[in-house]
Amino acid sequence: MEKVLLRDGEITLHTRERSNKWQMYINIKGTDVFVRKSTGTSNLDDAAQIATNYYDKLKANASTASNSATGVIGWIDERLPILSFVRDHLTNYYAPKNFNFWYFFGSLAFLILFLQIFTGIFLAMHYKPDAKLAFDSVEFIMRDVNLGWLIRYMHSTGASAFFVVVYLHMFRALMYGSFKKPRELIWLFGVFIYLALMAEAFMGYLLPWGQMSYWGAQVIINLFTTIPFIGPELGVWIRGDFAISDPTLTRFFALHIVAVPMVILLLVILHLAALHTVGSNNPDGVEIKKHKDENGIPLDGVPFHPYYTVKDFVGIGVFLFLFSLTVFFMPEMGGYFLEHANFIPANPLVTPEHIAPVWYFTPFYSILRAIPDPAFGALAMLLSIVVLFFLPWIDKNPIKSIRYRSMLFRVNLFVFVTGFLILGYLGVKAPTPLYSALALRFSEMYFIFFALLFFYSKSRGSFYSFFYSGIIISLITLYDITRINLENYIMVIIGLAFVCAFVLFMTISPLYTNLNREKEVPERVT
Amino acid sequence: MKKNLIIIILLVVSTNSFAASQKSELAEKYKALNSITNKASLQRGAKYYVNYCSGCHSLKYMRMNTLANDLGIDEGIFSKNLIFANKKIGETMTIPMKEEDAIQWFGALPPDLSLTARSKGADYIYAKLNTYYEDDNSATGYNNIAYPNTSMPHILADLQGGQKLVLDSKNNPVSFSKTSEGSFSDDEYRQLTNDITNFLVYVSEPAKLKRQSIGFWVLMFLFIFTILAYYTKKEFWKDVH
Repeated sequence: MEKVLLRDGEITLHTRERSNKWQMYINIKGTDVFVRKSTGTSNLDDAAQIATNYYDKLKANASTASNSATGVIGWIDERLPILSFVRDHLTNYYAPKNFNFWYFFGSLAFLILFLQIFTGIFLAMHYKPDAKLAFDSVEFIMRDVNLGWLIRYMHSTGASAFFVVVYLHMFRALMYGSFKKPRELIWLFGVFIYLALMAEAFMGYLLPWGQMSYWGAQVIINLFTTIPFIGPELGVWIRGDFAISDPTLTRFFALHIVAVPMVILLLVILHLAALHTVGSNNPDGVEIKKHKDENGIPLDGVPFHPYYTVKDFVGIGVFLFLFSLTVFFMPEMGGYFLEHANFIPANPLVTPEHIAPVWYFTPFYSILRAIPDPAFGALAMLLSIVVLFFLPWIDKNPIKSIRYRSMLFRVNLFVFVTGFLILGYLGVKAPTPLYSALALRFSEMYFIFFALLFFYSKSRGSFYSFFYSGIIISLITLYDITRINLENYIMVIIGLAFVCAFVLFMTISPLYTNLNREKEVPERVT
Repeated sequence: MKKNLIIIILLVVSTNSFAASQKSELAEKYKALNSITNKASLQRGAKYYVNYCSGCHSLKYMRMNTLANDLGIDEGIFSKNLIFANKKIGETMTIPMKEEDAIQWFGALPPDLSLTARSKGADYIYAKLNTYYEDDNSATGYNNIAYPNTSMPHILADLQGGQKLVLDSKNNPVSFSKTSEGSFSDDEYRQLTNDITNFLVYVSEPAKLKRQSIGFWVLMFLFIFTILAYYTKKEFWKDVH
């Protein structure tokens, strides 16, 4: 049995009998059920009274403020906009409904950031930033502090996990064009976070004061000394001494636990604020804000909470499973997360046989070593990171997602990622002539990726294509001419041939084939 | 391009395996069969270590009561049999040897072995203890394959017996030949050195005993958590098309 109690404009309030109890409904515009609540009585008059009272209360609350909370939450909300914050960023923040696997890594990076801060606090309670005590205090944490080993392994594994997740997050942005208009600032803040993270990881790695801590820091700080004119003084200024020693350790400790984490937190806030201003991109690279319903809600969006919070919990579960597998069963990860030589205390008099940075720096380390001249090598490495800042203005192709971009774009991205991984591998190995030759070629490929991204921004004519590939090829050839000799000419010529063939294929084939044909981008997400 | 990449990757991999073969092949043959869950082996290793090694090599991070508890040795028995100097069981296993004396006797301070199993690996320790051979050019009368020209004397020579190096036609070491019998048979000696290695693996990371058993329950919890999270997600998302 159903009974309409009152009508107020387009709103109707009515009760309906369900298994001898009355339930009340509020309908807006005749369709949407707004409230459904059991009144808990079998008497129709009582039910009508309860429903009317409820409706009056609702109306009164709605008229006094948009925030209807009472009690403690209400008290706070009058003084601090917590409810509107939750609404704007969680319950009424609409994210595209078609996020796939690649969209887990943002929230995972956020999780790891807090894991690192949490474990870092406990490590700082027991760690001694003193060149004489540092190594021993780390072993003290590993052996004598309750669960100290767990906290230390979580922190050391967390550092590597942070980079794994951030690299995947950046790869997602490359694949789906998440750095493109209107998300340039999100990308810029992201690259700054990446830079700050590298500084944070580098300084943190000195703190255990093992052989690799010491000599790895030596290599990186020496990079700064290659800067013309000010280099040597700059090196002394960074170290606080003529060699890496106690003052270097203490300042790295201060920067690692206070300064850089604050910078990272600030950048993360900016990254998220910019993201929530323009909204998330998605695997189709179409803007969900273009198609909204009559209430201004994107048709292809779902509220971040609860939809993506519950979904992210699945990602967090899988991530923590793999993370714990590492922490509890292979914390050294075969010497890549914790290097074997780092279990020997730092000794300025004994250089390790082979100095390799931790794995997440090795692609850039390869680029550094690819050019024998240290100053130009450092410049190339710097450029390889700086170029990331310009990505939104390099790739101006209006199509965002890899799904609708050309075959050549896919090849370019595939070669770039493969090359980056190979550079990473080469960075942990001692530089044999073959490895050095490969490192140089893949470093060239690293930069060629960006050159080709620019080239594919729009369709190019035949003159432009030949001219453009001519410039790239002559630059590479010129460099090879300066270094070719009787010993290396075979390797130089083979390498040059490969790179030139690749550049020619990538720039000239669009003129004669369909390889650069792009697909039509759908109006709405698929 | 993909084909080129594969060729390059193959080149990289094959040259790498070549580089590995440059190391001493004879030393590479010695692989420790350690299992730190084997308490009997750890207890024997501790006994041998204290008797043969701890005169010179400290374990400055190893607290003795932790050791006794982890190895299932009663603290009283441990104090009576395994602590020689006037030390308390709550202290770490340092040694009284002075650095200047050590340099006079051996040319260098015998290294602390707390972390050797982590920095150099278990196989290295096992190989070092097994690859001593007689060499008249050495001050101690013995040389070593795993650590060429080591200044460490062959402490276990009476147990192992003497052995000489056998070279192939290119002067590469290939094997050893026995010159005299020791008080241990070959199998017993391998077992002894394996026990010491196993003990040092434990000492390098006592937490390893705990972390794997805790880790199992953590993974179980996360497995169930993830399944529940997955079905929760599915329930929430069933209306989204």
